Amino acid sequence: MGTNALEITDLHKRFDRPAVCGLTMAVRPGEFYALLGPNGAGKTTSLKMVAGLLRPDSGAISVFGHDALRDPVSAKRITAWVPDEPMIYDRLTPLEYLEFVAGLWAIDARLAHEEAHRLLDWLKLAPHAHERCEGFSRGMRQKVALAGALIHQPRLIILDEPLTGLDAASARQVKEVLKERVATGATVIMTTHILEVAERMAERIGVIAHGRLVAEGTLGELRTRAGKGQGTLEEVFLDIVSEETPQETAASKVGAA
Amino acid sequence: MSQPASMAWLARHEIRLAWRDLLAMTTAGRRGRERGALILIAIAVVGLHFLAWGMLRGTPRQSPYDQWISVTAMLVLPVSLMVSQAMESVTRAFYSRSDLDLIVSSPASIRRLFAVRVGAIAASTTLLSLLLGAPFVNVLAATDHPGWLAAYPVLVAIGGVATVLALSVTIALFRLIGARRTRLAAQIVAALVGASFIIGIQLAAISSMGTLSRMAFLKSDAVRAILPDAQSVFWYPARAMVGEALPLAAVLIVASLAFAAAIFAYSGGFADKVIAAAGINQSGRARIARQRDFRRQSIRAALRRKEWKLLARDHWLISQTLMQVFYLVPPAFMLWKGFGSSGALSAVVVPVLVMAAGQLAGGLAWLAISGEDAPELVATAPVTPGMILRAKIEAVLGALAFMMMPILAVLAWTAPFEALICFAGVAAAGVSATMIQLWFRSQAKRSNFRRRQTSSRVATFAEAFSSIFWAGAAALAAFGSWFALAFAGAAIVVLFAARALRAAPAGEFV
Repeated sequence: MGTNALEITDLHKRFDRPAVCGLTMAVRPGEFYALLGPNGAGKTTSLKMVAGLLRPDSGAISVFGHDALRDPVSAKRITAWVPDEPMIYDRLTPLEYLEFVAGLWAIDARLAHEEAHRLLDWLKLAPHAHERCEGFSRGMRQKVALAGALIHQPRLIILDEPLTGLDAASARQVKEVLKERVATGATVIMTTHILEVAERMAERIGVIAHGRLVAEGTLGELRTRAGKGQGTLEEVFLDIVSEETPQETAASKVGAA
Repeated sequence: MSQPASMAWLARHEIRLAWRDLLAMTTAGRRGRERGALILIAIAVVGLHFLAWGMLRGTPRQSPYDQWISVTAMLVLPVSLMVSQAMESVTRAFYSRSDLDLIVSSPASIRRLFAVRVGAIAASTTLLSLLLGAPFVNVLAATDHPGWLAAYPVLVAIGGVATVLALSVTIALFRLIGARRTRLAAQIVAALVGASFIIGIQLAAISSMGTLSRMAFLKSDAVRAILPDAQSVFWYPARAMVGEALPLAAVLIVASLAFAAAIFAYSGGFADKVIAAAGINQSGRARIARQRDFRRQSIRAALRRKEWKLLARDHWLISQTLMQVFYLVPPAFMLWKGFGSSGALSAVVVPVLVMAAGQLAGGLAWLAISGEDAPELVATAPVTPGMILRAKIEAVLGALAFMMMPILAVLAWTAPFEALICFAGVAAAGVSATMIQLWFRSQAKRSNFRRRQTSSRVATFAEAFSSIFWAGAAALAAFGSWFALAFAGAAIVVLFAARALRAAPAGEFV
């Protein structure tokens, strides 16, 4: 069996209260994996630990066989992280931003330049390549951030709510870019609250609640588990999550009544 | 209860925000520190009164005319600073969006909002001068005569007039050069105004008398010969300060009329200015940066270049650093004039340069290290946190060297020994301020630069004291005094103390 793109073993992280409690999961190379969960379930915290943005209290993370905790630089070299809030520099142009990112990942300048133009063309940002990002819409900023994530040809792309706040055209472009990357062998892990996107795009879906993976599989497998033969992912998801939070569900039912 | 959207209602909203801002600044944003902050303020107030008493004690009695000269000379500093501060605030009122979008899009009267905002600017502009001047006024009222208490309303009037001047200049710039250029030009003018009165008088003093003392220059026979006679209205502000009834009434009436006229005249166009200012960020037309090929560069070079590019393009950096740079003008002029008696260089030029270097480095280091707008991008790059920090430190010290080296080069030409000492002092102050910012780094948006002091009181004081001690050490070393070692030691103690008190690192990798 080959090395997994991502392997998380018994991961724990606590802030004021436990955020991630013994998370264990694996994502295969070339897979499009959607990570779902209610607000505060621990999705972003888990992925931030994979990206090297937070230090876990305990557990292990492996990215294509690289120990992300002991040798973070090797893991980061092949990973891209796209946060929900696109973080770019207002006073740089998209091209300058991509040059900076290419410099951080030590990509050959000539190759990076070509790739930058290709990405900007592809994401329909070419007309704005030389304008500072300060006046860009959220969709444009998200696309610049995505171009930055892709310029170093990462093998593992992690996206936290990449479609939030995007218009239909921008969302479609982002989805196409991700599909194309998966087709060329990259692994994509994406958190989303738009269940229809996960249903359509993901090969496997993981559901996190209370910092633990409570269900995982293809949509069919999740349906079977939830006993919803032809149910939508929304129905399946709500069923799984409500199983994990019986008190909350009961309380909300009482409240609703 | 005031009517919603009325002048009183808007004023209450502004006062509440200002009060919470002030509280956040004095308590570094931490709850439960109000009592400690109040005790510290009380100690500072008492200390400042003792300082004022010590400075004013034994001052010989002067003739009224000499006293007016002294008071006028003393007013130059607060007036220039108030105009400068008001210009910066007015510029921010037009350009910083904060809650403007919400208010402008509401049916509330924009004229009322403008009047309230201008009032708030006048109040905040006056407050600092009142706080700093109060101990002197109180001591003079207690030891000389109670008429000095009239200085309070006079300072308020001057704050109002300074705001009117700032408003007039900013709006004139808006009309002359447009919204985009005004943001930059207004900051430069504000810094120039803030520094020019003092620097101008010092330059005149250096040219004509070979001294940096403003007072000696203003009381010289040459200046007396061109000053207006005792009956002139030129002396009204000074006479009002010492409690003369007619000048006091005149100053208050003129200031009130000017303030009311400015609000009446300018409030109509406020919405247009705000909308024009909002438009400049939406259009990328004039911000196009052409670039052909990517440069071949190391990871550290990429980080350094990014920092330098962002520093060079920072809209608000000029107002934060230009004044410090302007204050380097008199020492530079002294050098150029060949005033280079070793004593003057050691006493003035060397410590000023070292102090300026420390302050500049502190600001730049905050921007590069804490003011990172894409922290997650940098943190997920395949580089060690140490390398990222090293590159950022190199960027800060490179920018500092870029600003300081020309003056040091001139100094080296005039006085090589002093230049060597000064270079060492600039390096020590720059590195110390950078290290302090490094130890107390906390992630923030670059736009929070003005509030950087609120994140850590320890860092703010450590930065100031290390710069002061390094400046003292450099000055004494240039004099050839071994006491320089004591000052250098004190600076190092400050650094060790700051390092010991630094905040525990959070769970993040960078």
